[in-house]
Amino acid sequence: MTDSNVANGNMTSMPVLQVSDLSLTYQIRQGEVKAVQGVGFELARGQSLGLVGESGCGKSSVANCLMGLLPDNARVTGGRVLLGGEDILSLSEEDLRKYRWRRIAMVFQAAMNVLDPVYRVGQQIIEAIEAHGMETTDSKARQRVADLFRKVGLDPQLMDRYPHEFSGGMRQRAVIAMALSCEPDVIIADEPTTALDVIVQDRILREFKSIQMENDMAVIYISHDIAVVAEVTDLVAVMYAGHIVESGSTADVLTAPLHPYTAALMSSFPSVRGERRPLAALEGEPPNLVDPPGGCPFHPRCPAATDVCRTEPPPRAVRGDHWAACWHPLDETITPPAGMS
Amino acid sequence: MLNDDRVSQAMPELAGGTGPIIEVEGLIKRFPVSKNLFRKPTGFIHAVDDVSLTLARGESLGVVGESGCGKTTIGKLLVKLLDPDEGRIRVRFPASSNVDGDDILVDTASLKGTEMREFRRHAQMIFQDPYESMNPRRTIYDIVSEPLAVQKIGSVMDRVERVSETLTSVGLTPAADFLFRHPHELSGGQRQRVAIARALVIRPRFVVADEPTSMLDVSSRTGIMLLMQQLARDLGIAYLYVTHDLAVARYMCDRIAVMYLGKVVELAETEELLRNPLHPYTKALLSAVPVPDPGHRREPPNIRGDLTLTVNPPDRCRFYDRCPIANDHCRDNPHPETKESAPRHFVACYEA
Repeated sequence: MTDSNVANGNMTSMPVLQVSDLSLTYQIRQGEVKAVQGVGFELARGQSLGLVGESGCGKSSVANCLMGLLPDNARVTGGRVLLGGEDILSLSEEDLRKYRWRRIAMVFQAAMNVLDPVYRVGQQIIEAIEAHGMETTDSKARQRVADLFRKVGLDPQLMDRYPHEFSGGMRQRAVIAMALSCEPDVIIADEPTTALDVIVQDRILREFKSIQMENDMAVIYISHDIAVVAEVTDLVAVMYAGHIVESGSTADVLTAPLHPYTAALMSSFPSVRGERRPLAALEGEPPNLVDPPGGCPFHPRCPAATDVCRTEPPPRAVRGDHWAACWHPLDETITPPAGMS
Repeated sequence: MLNDDRVSQAMPELAGGTGPIIEVEGLIKRFPVSKNLFRKPTGFIHAVDDVSLTLARGESLGVVGESGCGKTTIGKLLVKLLDPDEGRIRVRFPASSNVDGDDILVDTASLKGTEMREFRRHAQMIFQDPYESMNPRRTIYDIVSEPLAVQKIGSVMDRVERVSETLTSVGLTPAADFLFRHPHELSGGQRQRVAIARALVIRPRFVVADEPTSMLDVSSRTGIMLLMQQLARDLGIAYLYVTHDLAVARYMCDRIAVMYLGKVVELAETEELLRNPLHPYTKALLSAVPVPDPGHRREPPNIRGDLTLTVNPPDRCRFYDRCPIANDHCRDNPHPETKESAPRHFVACYEA
């Protein structure tokens, strides 16, 4: 597998997160699921990356790996994850606990499942703060939670309420407050707004963006909602069957995709703006990752697939900072890689 | 008066006839709220508050709004999973009892016994969550054939054939591979196809689809949307399509009704509504929808505060508290009447 780097829009600052050639598998009864294969990207402070793809493409596995939250049957089979220069894949469980939330935090998608229903919302955040030694006294920790609540647009008086007393939007805000509580360098937001109404979603995304800028954090959005990704991210990596198949600046990737998979995702996505163009469904299902197809992983569903796609792993078609792993990129000006008939 | 062996005649019935198949007038549904489980209700949430609609044969009407606006309640009222407190729902029935064969309009409040069963045959519902709307212990055949069994349609052999045909029409092919599998063996998209097959196996005239794609992945979502469009065309089914997603509604619906706290605040043909929204709430909702174009800069929606479900709301415009253009007139007058501001474009707003 080749080493892969997402083109970095901001070359002057050192990347805070560097993932290179990451591969991981899950052991199940049927064999080994090759969930992530040779994934790499870099992210600088203040930047945001959208990790896009269908369910099962490996995007959440990457997130869980970065958080050190992989299940017991998972095994990292290769690659490195450097956070601020430190390789987190070699950390002990003890060190991982300190690093998690403090250096990298996650906003989970099912906010109801993250908050414990029998504890007051504020108390749950106070515990996280004290466990990481951010504050030593209860009163200071409470003060910090109050500040966090204000930051995410919640009334600090709601601290002593229970999760069921919160609406969906309020819960999602509380979970964001929890992720911010230890001032992490990187936040992973896993479908942070999918369960919310559009007006609430709009507000939370705008607030989150401004907090990101203010704290100079790097953010990874994991989403299958291309519209949200188009609006909030600087960079996009499109994942399919465990591979990053296309990567570049959000503007480049989503306006002029090189990979047929990205193009198919775009044309299956409805929009309220512009002409009402016909939608095209992406036929078929993603491959079984116990026994992934040879050659390009997308070839069984690809309208442009030829013999070479079935046998040879695709080369990287490059246009500036934007690339796709494809034998037949959607840009005729890109010269076919050597060896292609 | 019922003829249960109309399996083969079901299709031609759908072709003829004119006029709306559903007429809703002044529909009201309130849910009681009480401070204590055992106390008398202290007030009411007005889930559906004086709604009138019609649905033509083969038409798809979208009901759009935020959670709590009453859109799902309308859907449940129309298929009689709930009964209204006030108002009338009339459904055009194929009148097997009628000598001259014309359809008759029936008030759903009066339905009993065999008529009720006949109604269920023509009004079906597809639910949001394909993971929770099916019994995990039953096979796909059991699930899809159940409406046929309830309606006593066909012999067992007929039913196997009918279920196989329906599975094929929803893209679960070869059908024989799916008949005796269980829901957990299928993906979300495949399960939603089973849910559609279950709703369509008795060839209803009218289907309420409650957010049928919101739990699905991008790729299977589009497949389900295209399938529902095609089935509507082929079978002449009318949909009431409940969704919070205007982008999805744009593709699924001929007309869209926008709801806010129990009221329909705007109703128009889809492209007209998107191009020329008149109600300030519709404008806010539209401008909050993310656009999958990185070059598009979207202004924040012009709306105040958060949606709160008000118990016993005051008699003025329901949108008053959040409206960016509300004035004293809006404050001092009852909820505005619906007016036709442009041809077939209805809006309930003093300032629109």
